[in-house]
Amino acid sequence: MGDSVRGLTVRRLGVVPYAQALALQERLVSERRSGRVGDMLLLLEHPHVITMGSSSDPEHVLVSAEERDRRGIDLVEVGRGGDVTYHGPGQLVGYPILDLKPGRKDLHRYLRDLEEVIIRAAGSLSVAAHRSPGLTGVWTATGKLAAIGVRVSSGWITSHGFALNVCNDLSWFGTIVPCGIHDRDVTSLSRELGREVTLDQASEAVLEAFGDVFQRAAL
Amino acid sequence: MARIEVPMPQMGESIAEGTVSKWLKKVGEAVQRDEPILEISTDKVDAEIPAPSSGTLVEIVVSEGATVEVGTVVAYIDSDGGPPATNGKPAAEAAPAESKPAEESSPREPTPSMPLPPPASPPPAAPSPAAAPASSAPAPAGAGVQAPDSAEERMRTRSTPVVRRIAEEHGIDISAIPGTGHAGRVTKNDILGFIESGKEPTRPGQTAVGTAPAPSAAPSSPAVVTSAPGTATPAPAAAPSELWERFYGEVRHPEFPIRSADRVEAMDKIRRLTAEHMVVAKRIAPHVHSFIEIDFTAIDRIRSANRQRWEEQGARVSYTAFVAWAASRLLREFPMVNSTVSGNNVIYRGNVNLGMAVDLNPGLIVPVIKDADELGLVGIARKLVDLAERARSRQLNPDEIQGATFSITNPGVLGTLVGMPVIPKGTSAILGTGAIEKQVVVVQDPATGDDAMAIRKRALFSLGYDHRIVDGADAARFLARLKEVLDAFPEDA
Repeated sequence: MGDSVRGLTVRRLGVVPYAQALALQERLVSERRSGRVGDMLLLLEHPHVITMGSSSDPEHVLVSAEERDRRGIDLVEVGRGGDVTYHGPGQLVGYPILDLKPGRKDLHRYLRDLEEVIIRAAGSLSVAAHRSPGLTGVWTATGKLAAIGVRVSSGWITSHGFALNVCNDLSWFGTIVPCGIHDRDVTSLSRELGREVTLDQASEAVLEAFGDVFQRAAL
Repeated sequence: MARIEVPMPQMGESIAEGTVSKWLKKVGEAVQRDEPILEISTDKVDAEIPAPSSGTLVEIVVSEGATVEVGTVVAYIDSDGGPPATNGKPAAEAAPAESKPAEESSPREPTPSMPLPPPASPPPAAPSPAAAPASSAPAPAGAGVQAPDSAEERMRTRSTPVVRRIAEEHGIDISAIPGTGHAGRVTKNDILGFIESGKEPTRPGQTAVGTAPAPSAAPSSPAVVTSAPGTATPAPAAAPSELWERFYGEVRHPEFPIRSADRVEAMDKIRRLTAEHMVVAKRIAPHVHSFIEIDFTAIDRIRSANRQRWEEQGARVSYTAFVAWAASRLLREFPMVNSTVSGNNVIYRGNVNLGMAVDLNPGLIVPVIKDADELGLVGIARKLVDLAERARSRQLNPDEIQGATFSITNPGVLGTLVGMPVIPKGTSAILGTGAIEKQVVVVQDPATGDDAMAIRKRALFSLGYDHRIVDGADAARFLARLKEVLDAFPEDA
């Protein structure tokens, strides 16, 4: 293939409000496009938030505005693919800001690659995860382990990404119909293993897999 | 004036259509080349589409929410920057006939006729154990299960658009290919495998009725031979990256007939991962092995002299601990032995993390001593005992089996003279230690300088190395240094 390994700057940002992460991504996408920064992977957590993609069905948000206020859940509309998603503490959110040129200019391949990262990372933590034909995301036998929704901006620059349930309280997913899929449960790495998996452990596994799948070496 | 078409771009090999989600420019607005003018969405992806040329957006053909095939003209740009065409149809009703309302092909619910292609490589840990016995039957999966529906129906239900496109390019009848996908569906791998097997005619557009193996082979239906839409160039059947993925990413084990007295069991997860890893590791690295004989007499003496002291410290210092200590020191001298080839680069690892193969009987696991070069002999020994014990009781943390930069395996523990181990993927070498046995060897009598026979404890060591990055002489020098250190092991290690 002759494709050499590219560097990858990894930023562990801790807990970042959704709107702030959105603004950061927008800035990084434009800086990536102009070449001022290299490929990056942002790893972070969001406070409780429900996000709606451009194709979201508002009926998939199951809590009223009053209840959202009461429980402290934000609702944000964003320019990415995918339906309604919930994010919250204990979920590892990864936003790769990558230039997919020249070798990876394929939207489906990019989605499948992100799934592969999660599957490998889960595998390295002894969780058997898989794709589900016709659905983007990563599943285990129990339910949905990770949601994926991405945006590819002009110049094949990526933003948004994946949300991997690590040790989050899954009951919060009761506030939405995840990605418009009614009939499937959500799960997390901790639930799968019956023990607490930390975000650090999950991050390490994801980083390792990310480097392998995308041929990027963490700088 | 130059009226330039803006086609729905090919955003991926397996992407046949896209939904216009948002026009970022209005008719009459000036656009710059490469400036985003619209957004499209396909399953889970939103993408900005840049203008192919500078000028004025003079007509929007496909309105927001409409889904059109790749190649369909969605807008026109006048590159001379003239006024918008007055006879341009209103955008809302100008969507071409084949466009569908957004609901029908909504990204969140792909319609049955437009299923997502299966992933290029199956997830490593996906297949459930329950499914394995069924698939170990020699008959091709899916064959014979399908109801004898019409060829057209089968074509539609048994393939994805990308498979149909590949089939059409190669003039292959999909119904003749045994499908391994969901419900007997013909996957991309199936059809690529079929093409590679040489059963297909070389000229595109020709129907492969005569060469298809199954008796049910039917002529391609019109639906299948419809050419790729518009200006889109069909992707090559097997892009180099695809073959790459299949060779280095995907492991499929051939199946064999079962005889009556046999027992068939699904591989458990460790076995399956091990099997996959071994195949991939052997595919990647050109393996070479070199051997050297190590004298353990000095180490034996040190062990005897210190055994009691170490026991009081609660440490059990095995021969392997000595070897790990020595190797961890030497790896800094031989960076290529502590590296990996990655694309056209070599990654020289900044840490010395020793993967220590542990026999689980049955099974094998390789826990890692991180930064072994920073540990003393007793530290390494303690770590070894701890990792081996927890490996056997299945209590290792996931991060304790990751990140090895060099590995040591000890086939000698069961008396084997020496082994030729497989180099773990992502590293450049592995050391195999043979059985330590007493031997009669010729030595020099220190008093007289004459040759004399002596009884020595010795073992054969093998170094398996990736010949892309480690030369034979590098390996020889590494082994010679290892021998030097172990033969005269420092008392203060």
